[in-house]
Amino acid sequence: MTTVEADPAVPIIRITRDFRATPAQLLRAHTDPRLFARWVGPDSLRTRIDHWDARTGGSFRYVSVREGEEFAFRGCFHEIRPDRIVQTFTFEGSPDGVLLETLRFDDLLDGRTRLRTQSLVDSFEARDAWLRSGMDTGLEEGYAKLERMLTDGAV
Amino acid sequence: MPVDTLSRVFAALADPTRRDMVARLSTADATVNQLAEPHQMTLQAIYKHLRVLEEAGVVSRATGPQPRPVHFEAGSLDVMDEWIARYRRQAEDRYQRLDRVLAEMETEMETELDAETDGDERA
Repeated sequence: MTTVEADPAVPIIRITRDFRATPAQLLRAHTDPRLFARWVGPDSLRTRIDHWDARTGGSFRYVSVREGEEFAFRGCFHEIRPDRIVQTFTFEGSPDGVLLETLRFDDLLDGRTRLRTQSLVDSFEARDAWLRSGMDTGLEEGYAKLERMLTDGAV
Repeated sequence: MPVDTLSRVFAALADPTRRDMVARLSTADATVNQLAEPHQMTLQAIYKHLRVLEEAGVVSRATGPQPRPVHFEAGSLDVMDEWIARYRRQAEDRYQRLDRVLAEMETEMETELDAETDGDERA
């Protein structure tokens, strides 16, 4: 089960999830571009890796493509170790915004590994924007609902 | 959440100044003067924004003598909770794809090893 926590005191999003895999496998799924492109998703998008240098001090850029629409993301692999990845992450459509992400692979010693992702943003507004982003559908649903209510005279 | 409350929360949070005020209040209560500080706005304008937030139930002010601090109503985070729920579903979708990739990795490694062995044999 995936848990998501938005810290009330600092603009951080934390995600935790257990996997039936070793830390080494999880690390590989995050650093091998062919593997990464297969799961980063979402399903409606195809991922094209533009540049990938998964070493401490390296960087990456990939593009998500959907029916002619392209969304590019890039960042730096600040630190890659067997039990963690520290990286920056930017959506090029909003180049001033940068996430500092720490991914930890905790061996649960029962064949499973806990992935803990912490994403730090520079403001609460930016954090909330990240929470909303990729949730375009959700927001559209919300606004569509609001629009219907306005039309129906419910508001 | 009743329909009119939802639409009020949506409308209240649609404005960047009010979002900023809410972000500030989410860490601690503040007086109207403190809320006005970072904005180049008249107190009157700030009060107007406050009224919108108050009517949406996003913030409240205690009755009593001034200064009455503005309090953020965590319950109004139902909208925020909805964002988080969607974000969680999205992360879960992604991680289910990762589950599949991880499951396939072992098989693929075996296949690759076999292929390498075959290559060696041919060489």
